[in-house]
Amino acid sequence: MSKKNDNYESTFWYRLKYWVNGEEETVLEEESERHEAHLKRVAIEDRVYRAFSEIPDDGEEQEAHYRALKKELYELSEKYKTWPEKQGVKIFDRFYRIFAVILCIGIIGILLVTVSYLPQFGSANNPNNNEVSKRYIEKGLEETGATNIVTGMILDYRAFDTLGESHVLFISACSVLILIRVDKKRMEDMTQEELDEIRGEELYEKNQDIILQKVAFFLVPIIMLFGIYIILNGHLSPGGGFPGGAIIGASFILYLNAFGYEKTRKFFTYKTFSVISIGSLLCYALAKGYSFYMGANHLDSGIPLGTPGAIFSGGLILLLNICVGLVVACTMYAFYSLFRRGGM
Amino acid sequence: MFEWIKFLFVAFFLSGGLLMACSAVYGVYRFHFVLNRMHAAALIDTLAIVLVILALLLCTGFSFLSLKLIFIVIFLWFASPVSSHLISRLEVTMEPEKVKKECEVEER
Repeated sequence: MSKKNDNYESTFWYRLKYWVNGEEETVLEEESERHEAHLKRVAIEDRVYRAFSEIPDDGEEQEAHYRALKKELYELSEKYKTWPEKQGVKIFDRFYRIFAVILCIGIIGILLVTVSYLPQFGSANNPNNNEVSKRYIEKGLEETGATNIVTGMILDYRAFDTLGESHVLFISACSVLILIRVDKKRMEDMTQEELDEIRGEELYEKNQDIILQKVAFFLVPIIMLFGIYIILNGHLSPGGGFPGGAIIGASFILYLNAFGYEKTRKFFTYKTFSVISIGSLLCYALAKGYSFYMGANHLDSGIPLGTPGAIFSGGLILLLNICVGLVVACTMYAFYSLFRRGGM
Repeated sequence: MFEWIKFLFVAFFLSGGLLMACSAVYGVYRFHFVLNRMHAAALIDTLAIVLVILALLLCTGFSFLSLKLIFIVIFLWFASPVSSHLISRLEVTMEPEKVKKECEVEER
């Protein structure tokens, strides 16, 4: 946790953020200058008032004095009022446009140079026309036992890639956990208002909308079953671990929205999250981690492939699909709950 | 002859659904108040989808696939009104003044 900077508005990064968001930086300066001008005006008005009070008689001199002061005041205010609006914004705008054009031209140039290195369009020697994809299509069913070629590809030929992908999901969930988790130590640092906000949300959750609760009561099991169906049928029809896991995660999120954290905590805590995701990742790594030592070469798993189209076919693919689905479901739910409140 | 009648029905339902969806999209951009826009958008997931899926059912004949299509309709009819309800509830709690300005509100 970084230290909080009290003077954040005047730091470089705040102004950069301001600038990136498109709110012109001059606004800040303008405001400070206006403030200065306002202070000066107040001082002059004070002088005018004093001049009035100090010279009670002698009307003409007083009036002349007053007029001079007022003129000074008017000129000063005009100068400060118009400068940032006319000159400052103009200068800023010009620089902004010039730099925008330079940036665009630079990016276009880099992209064009990159395009010139690409292989020629429609050439027979292009990498997408070589023997790999032909082999996948022709021999995929025979070698992997999966009727869905895509699943056969990502969980058999390229299972090592998918191992990396599921680890990426787990690592991103971990980093979010590190960054925004609200634990006891952070609760102590919080102000009373933030604590009240959390408590108020928990109170509100208990009497959540009844229509949503009733519908979620029917829909959550159906959505979950559908997700499980997609995962288990991954090697037979379009689907697999990633979409199925996302659907299961969505059903968890719906349950959380309808019934609140207190009820989800009964079956899903940090412990279940870590046990399920680490367990399935370990399972996957045990099944396919040897590729790391074999130079990504294929080894026979020894499990018979079975008849194509049956649910128990395709060797390890079913197991790997289940592992990936569990990791994805846990990550989805963890992201949602962490971003919403910083806890599970 | 039967084929032609079937084709006519399918074309009727499909074009009806498409027309409904097009008018709903037009309404989403045309209206300015949230609840009006939501009403237009909800037409897509209720009426338009049921017309299109009816056409598909007639087109493919009855099989396991048509059961799946019917499930899609049931699911959307369950989920879409609830989401509309939640959005309207949010709108009413966030900006009660605007709602009162746009439509009659029954006091309770």
